[in-house]
Amino acid sequence: MTGSANREEAEVEQLLEFEAVSKKYGNKAALRDVSLSVGPGRIVGLLGSNGSGKTTLMRIAAGLDRPDSGTVRVLGHEPGRASKALISFMPDRPQFERWMTVGEALDFQRDFFADFDPDKSKRMLEFMKLSRGDKASSLSKGMQERLQLTLALSRRASLYLLDEPIGGVDPVARGHILDALVEFYEEDSSMIVSTHLIADIERIFDEVLMIKEGSLVLRQEVEQLRMDSGKSVDQLFKEVYAEC
Amino acid sequence: MTIEFDNNLPIYLQIMNYIKLQIVTGKLGPGEKIPSVRELASELKINPNTIQRTFQELEREGVAESRRGLGRFVTSEDEKIMSIKKEMAAELLERFIGGMRELGFDNDNIVKIVAESVNDGKREPGGSRSGTTA
Repeated sequence: MTGSANREEAEVEQLLEFEAVSKKYGNKAALRDVSLSVGPGRIVGLLGSNGSGKTTLMRIAAGLDRPDSGTVRVLGHEPGRASKALISFMPDRPQFERWMTVGEALDFQRDFFADFDPDKSKRMLEFMKLSRGDKASSLSKGMQERLQLTLALSRRASLYLLDEPIGGVDPVARGHILDALVEFYEEDSSMIVSTHLIADIERIFDEVLMIKEGSLVLRQEVEQLRMDSGKSVDQLFKEVYAEC
Repeated sequence: MTIEFDNNLPIYLQIMNYIKLQIVTGKLGPGEKIPSVRELASELKINPNTIQRTFQELEREGVAESRRGLGRFVTSEDEKIMSIKKEMAAELLERFIGGMRELGFDNDNIVKIVAESVNDGKREPGGSRSGTTA
């Protein structure tokens, strides 16, 4: 930081800020007036059932969709080239081409992003039991998820947006992906992980955002939540979604 | 390390209790090094900030101390370790007594039942009741 030493230190720079963000697809409101901020060094759970707006929120944060109204800032930048360089986004569908090998998919990622870390990517491949020669088209669903995650976490980004990383995989593969998240998470970055499967993953979260029909309905530190309510995040989530 | 976590309770408290139990039972000796935040986070698959908080609380209670550049260590004060033991015993007792009262036992009866039960235990050869609750 430059010069003014007297500025209050409490002012932590937010990695991601949404202010009154709304988005419609056709007539359907995907996000309604969402405001939130994510500071550095946090793992945030973005929780919601299918169609609640999780993916829209991530796509807007990643700069892939524009909000109809409201503002988005990534480390102070408006969404665009600068913000995209800071964010590693793992979409819920494969971002590699089916004809690629694992190695080719990684090389592709390396060519696109300056913050690609070959060493980390190598360690991740090993951890995920993937080989560079494997054909993407012959990977099982669980292995595809692992490759997706490897692609996303091989970058040294400030903010990782992981859309349903444990979505369609069996419990064993889920456990392995969870291990990888903790193992390869870097404490100076932040991670937003969307999921509708909570019980397995809630212990890695600092804080959760619950989103329902496009609105942010709850935002809380998970340990505080357990302390105050005596409930697990999973339990609270079910209650929030039951009251329709 | 393995802990069966209960997601309904703050995780840092559960890890604190677990580490205290390790200390009291001698699995982590006085002055012994405690794993790093990173190691424990990976091992337990827990958020690193939660582990950090666990360690801060352990330090605040004087159970652990950090030495600059070297890491964190179990206290080497026997008194402190003894007091953790007493504290943990007090918690167990409180829960037990609370449960017994709920069942309708008064103080005299509780004492009597405990005395009988402890004596029964003594008569068992080989001390099959030793060991700790984990």
